[in-house]
Amino acid sequence: MIPYYLCFILFLVGLYGVITRRNLVKIAISLSIMEFSTFLIFALIGFREGGVAPIVDPADPVKLYVDPLPQALVLTAIVIGLATTAMLMAVIIRIYRKYGTFDIREIKNLRG
Amino acid sequence: MNPMIPLFVVIPLAGAFLIMILGRFIRNFNKYLASLILLFLVVVSFWSLFTTGSNVSVYKAGGWEAINSVPIGVYMVMDGFTAIVLCIINLIGFLSVFYSISYIARYTSENYFYALFCLMVAGMNGVVLSGDIFNIFVFLEISAISSYALVAFGVEKNELEATFKYQVLGGIASFLILMGIAFIYWEAKTLNIADIRNVFSSGYDRSYYLLIQILLLSGFGLKAAIIPFHAWLPDAHSSAPSPISAMLSGVLIKAVGIYVIIRLFFNMFAISEGMAILITTLGALSMVVGVFLAIGQWDIKRLLAYHSISQMGYVILSVGIGMMLISRGIRSEIAALAIAGGIFHLINHAAFKGLLFLNAGAIEYSTGTRNLQEMGGLAKSMPATSATSLVASLSISGIPPFNGFFSKLIIIVAAIMARFYFLAFLAVIVSIITLASFMKFQRYAFYNKAEGDNKQKIKEVPFPMLFSMIVLGIICLLLSLLVFPGIREMILTPATDILMDPSRYSSQITGI
Amino acid sequence: MKGMTIIVKKTVQLISGLIFLYGIYVIIHGHLTPGGGFAGGVIIAGAFILQILAAGSDFMKLTKEELGSTMYENLAIFVVVFLALSGMLFGAKVFFFNWLPKGTVGELVSAGILPLYNIFVGIEVAASILTIFLALVIFKEEMPE
Repeated sequence: MIPYYLCFILFLVGLYGVITRRNLVKIAISLSIMEFSTFLIFALIGFREGGVAPIVDPADPVKLYVDPLPQALVLTAIVIGLATTAMLMAVIIRIYRKYGTFDIREIKNLRG
Repeated sequence: MNPMIPLFVVIPLAGAFLIMILGRFIRNFNKYLASLILLFLVVVSFWSLFTTGSNVSVYKAGGWEAINSVPIGVYMVMDGFTAIVLCIINLIGFLSVFYSISYIARYTSENYFYALFCLMVAGMNGVVLSGDIFNIFVFLEISAISSYALVAFGVEKNELEATFKYQVLGGIASFLILMGIAFIYWEAKTLNIADIRNVFSSGYDRSYYLLIQILLLSGFGLKAAIIPFHAWLPDAHSSAPSPISAMLSGVLIKAVGIYVIIRLFFNMFAISEGMAILITTLGALSMVVGVFLAIGQWDIKRLLAYHSISQMGYVILSVGIGMMLISRGIRSEIAALAIAGGIFHLINHAAFKGLLFLNAGAIEYSTGTRNLQEMGGLAKSMPATSATSLVASLSISGIPPFNGFFSKLIIIVAAIMARFYFLAFLAVIVSIITLASFMKFQRYAFYNKAEGDNKQKIKEVPFPMLFSMIVLGIICLLLSLLVFPGIREMILTPATDILMDPSRYSSQITGI
Repeated sequence: MKGMTIIVKKTVQLISGLIFLYGIYVIIHGHLTPGGGFAGGVIIAGAFILQILAAGSDFMKLTKEELGSTMYENLAIFVVVFLALSGMLFGAKVFFFNWLPKGTVGELVSAGILPLYNIFVGIEVAASILTIFLALVIFKEEMPE
């Protein structure tokens, strides 16, 4: 159970960062940390006791592999996380050019 | 197996990249190709609506058949409810692209606009057609990332701030959905929706089940902008360019928010009474809070965005009433009526809210302002826009013979027949306040005395924008025909049946 | 943007060829060992980005690079969609069907159409990450200080 608790602590660290930080880039990095904790939980779910890595070697038959499906799902989700982070970074650079600051307390043009 | 099903995803995807390759060399290629692709998709989706009826077509990608009746491939599923939502997505998409032929001409880099638009439509088609939950997540992300880029399209200060808020909250929503999928996989060891239902219908752990339901409801509720998850919607929908606002508010919050909530809670989970009460409460709160926040607005598009929250509350309310009746196991014909009313209101809202946002875009195109206190007297100088805007305002307030009246009538009648008198009373009050808000909009924009100096420069908008608005106005009138018994049997009843009888859904997918 | 010192430039000239070769290895053996299209593509993009960072160049040349990498990216995705659609012409007539002959397990030339998917997805990922990097650098250079 220890690895699951550590993943939950990682998620809480990311959530603390999104809520309390003022710099835009730190908010983006904290969002990434939150997503990485989900990937770790996904990879941990597929674990079987006494299993080996799921690579088929025809010379040497093995009876028990760990579950390869969550690993494939995590690969897809990592690429999606990369796209989200890249999009966020592009918007942050544009905001710096228009507003002149990275501080989120200065960026409150829309109200009500 | 129906070979038309993957075309809904493949054709916009290939078209988007073809626009990027050839759009640099051939002038005006991007507009015509995007319009042609979406026109073809409209034709195919209407054909599917009239031929699907009550059977469930399954498409197994890659040809992987089920082994020992355990599905191991990626399934794409089309049934009655899916066909209705596909028609809405492609029709509003086609009209928005046609509208944007003249609206987007004042931005640079139009290439990227049409490519991102086709990608967004491909993502939404994928969400409604997929048969397992991880595919829903992947297509959801495709359409969400395209919409983040489209909201920030003409890089002004307001748009960038709005898209930053939208992206952070959308990222949190995706994270919650992924956690929910991880916990479902841990318990059920499969990702197919029909198969998960079979696993969950034989014993489960009650508190774990509640955790999964809360995570998925929060994640998709953030995407559908239900109270208390609505904070991104006013900024994003009011700062985006007008055809994108029409797509976001008219289609995106329905296809990736409300559709998935309805599909998962009816066809995958066994309905429990606590969850039904929670969903009904959220719907009632959305209705009331949305309309009270909308009264004091003077910006046209912010007013329309707050009304979107309120009307989505109507749909969630009626779906929640249906769930409460099913979970108590009584009066299932009233539950069918409530669910049919909810789906009908979904279709209607796409039509009239899309029309209202296109009107707001036309007003902004001609007068250059979005503030209601700075404009007036447009009824004489923009007759077509004023007429269609009157049609849409009467529809959303629920005046006969337009379509909003019939769907709200079905919802209120279902609430009274199920003896939820307080909810019916709230629905009537909210409808009256909506009428007041739209009468204010009509008076200040169109029928007031004109504000002085720039009165003579305002003329009617160009032809593509007019065509889209008039077609949507005619559709608003035609949709009220859906309440008559002959047409209702063909379109609404298959959708309601497949939602109320989940064992038929799962047996037709895993039995094949 | 300015380049780095002479030690970094010489080291990068020696190493970036090896990184490129390693990326190609990871892509081609995608059906035998972990990796495949995504991971190999990112490694290849890393080789190119390392060259740009170490040598430094004025941003007029970088705009021509960006045009080229965008074209590669779009063409590669188009070929992937085309390959997937070609499954509808042979065999069981479904999308994504695997219609080339599958050899024995563990050989390099086996598993039907999967190595082709890996190669084109690798090209696409490498081109798109290079495009992202170039777009951000060009925008930063164009900003008036």
